Amino acid sequence: MVTTALLVAFVGFLAGIESVLDEFQFHRPLIACTLTGLVMGDVTTGIIIGGTLEMMALGWMNIGAAQSPDTAIASILSTALVIGAQLSMPVAIALAIPLAAAGQLLTVLVRTICVFFQHLADKYAEEDNIRGIDFSHLAALCVQGLRVAIPAFLIAYYADAAVVKSLLQSIPPVITGGLQVAGGFIVVVGYAMVINMMKANYLMPFFFIGFVIAAFLNVNLVGIGIIGVCIALIYLKISYPQVEE
Amino acid sequence: MSEKKLTKSDLFWVFVRSNFLQGSWNYERMQALGYCFGILPAIVRLYSGEERKQALKRHLEFYNTQPFVTAPVLGVNLAMEEQKANGAEIEDSSINAVKVGLMGPLAGVGDPIFWGTLRPVTAALGAGLAMAGSILGPIVFFVMFNLVRLAVRWYGLIYGYRAGLSLIQEVGGGGLKKLTEGASILGLFVMGALVAKWTNMNVPLVVSKVGEKATTVQDILNQLLPNLLPLGLTFLCIYLLKRNMSPLTILLGLFVLGIFGFWTGILA
Repeated sequence: MVTTALLVAFVGFLAGIESVLDEFQFHRPLIACTLTGLVMGDVTTGIIIGGTLEMMALGWMNIGAAQSPDTAIASILSTALVIGAQLSMPVAIALAIPLAAAGQLLTVLVRTICVFFQHLADKYAEEDNIRGIDFSHLAALCVQGLRVAIPAFLIAYYADAAVVKSLLQSIPPVITGGLQVAGGFIVVVGYAMVINMMKANYLMPFFFIGFVIAAFLNVNLVGIGIIGVCIALIYLKISYPQVEE
Repeated sequence: MSEKKLTKSDLFWVFVRSNFLQGSWNYERMQALGYCFGILPAIVRLYSGEERKQALKRHLEFYNTQPFVTAPVLGVNLAMEEQKANGAEIEDSSINAVKVGLMGPLAGVGDPIFWGTLRPVTAALGAGLAMAGSILGPIVFFVMFNLVRLAVRWYGLIYGYRAGLSLIQEVGGGGLKKLTEGASILGLFVMGALVAKWTNMNVPLVVSKVGEKATTVQDILNQLLPNLLPLGLTFLCIYLLKRNMSPLTILLGLFVLGIFGFWTGILA
């Protein structure tokens, strides 16, 4: 029992780091459910849940600063509930949605905690400490892994659907709603830091041109890029006419 | 002074590490630490002492894009760092401006290709097989997706590196100032666009109601200038940063603002 739970926790760790890395896709239901099924001794059930969940989650993606519902936690917990607690598959899949939402909240929390590791890295850069920078990055990654590994272990060990439901309902909506609202504009801090770093006040008109074009016209980022490159080239042509040709 | 040069193995390790780009993704600087983590083997090869400190610091600045398309950006940056280490006059801000200028447009290309097309298509194919209970489902998805992804990461890096080298050698001499200025323009332009596109602030307070049609504060603000509030907030942040307020404090303040705004119904 403990061995199985530990193995599920390991799969959870892998899926947890992938749900933020988004590289190998261990957090997608297709892979995460299959691996959970595998370690719990019923791989076919895992594959079928994975396929079903994957179809539902096809459009869930992390774009820009937006975090999608957490497929890692939903996949692993619902598979563990079906195989471990003998929950029916439709119920487990219905439960996967609020689990994904709760997982999303947890991810937002960890992504905020990771600011600490970013500052730790700043300190190590100041000290020319290469290993320190590696450590800051990988430690943050481990926290993301534990974010899924711990709930995965608990569910695989205790496996009780009712507990999961009541736990989700205990988060006050003012916190979840408020964090979502803040998530909409929190990124401006990053933008402000870039602008400060550029130290090119005389070029600020180009910032405003970019803002107004994006605010009023329906141009996607590729279009924005093309306009930006053209403006930069025109400016250079006017500023340094003699260099050309 | 002998020429400092990146080896094939440096490029390989940058490629390996770049797979961990988003590991420390955070709300202050997003993929910044991951980018520094990725480019580290090159920095260690090229610099030492005070110069290395500066190099580490400049790669800890804000960065965010679709993760796979970071490959060509890393490539161009590697070329610039190599030239800088050999004494070319390349400003820190120029290296950063290249990152900032490229990240938005590349995300614009990368998001629809990888998140909008490649993954849904391969995942749907795999899910179809999986729902019938076939182990081929997850395998097909995993292999197809990762083959494309790793190819983009490796060849993108090499392509960016070669393109960056030829770019720097072409402009040469005084042309580097042009590169710096051009990159800064592109960077600021894209930042402006991102403030308008990637932020979301809505004030749903109703000002007046005529029949069924309610006018909210946001409607009025939108008539003035859409996304005026995030723009103002950006400048408030710039001001606070200039007064040496810690980004973390600002960040916490914004979370409090979000929770307070949601609680009172001023923000939604």
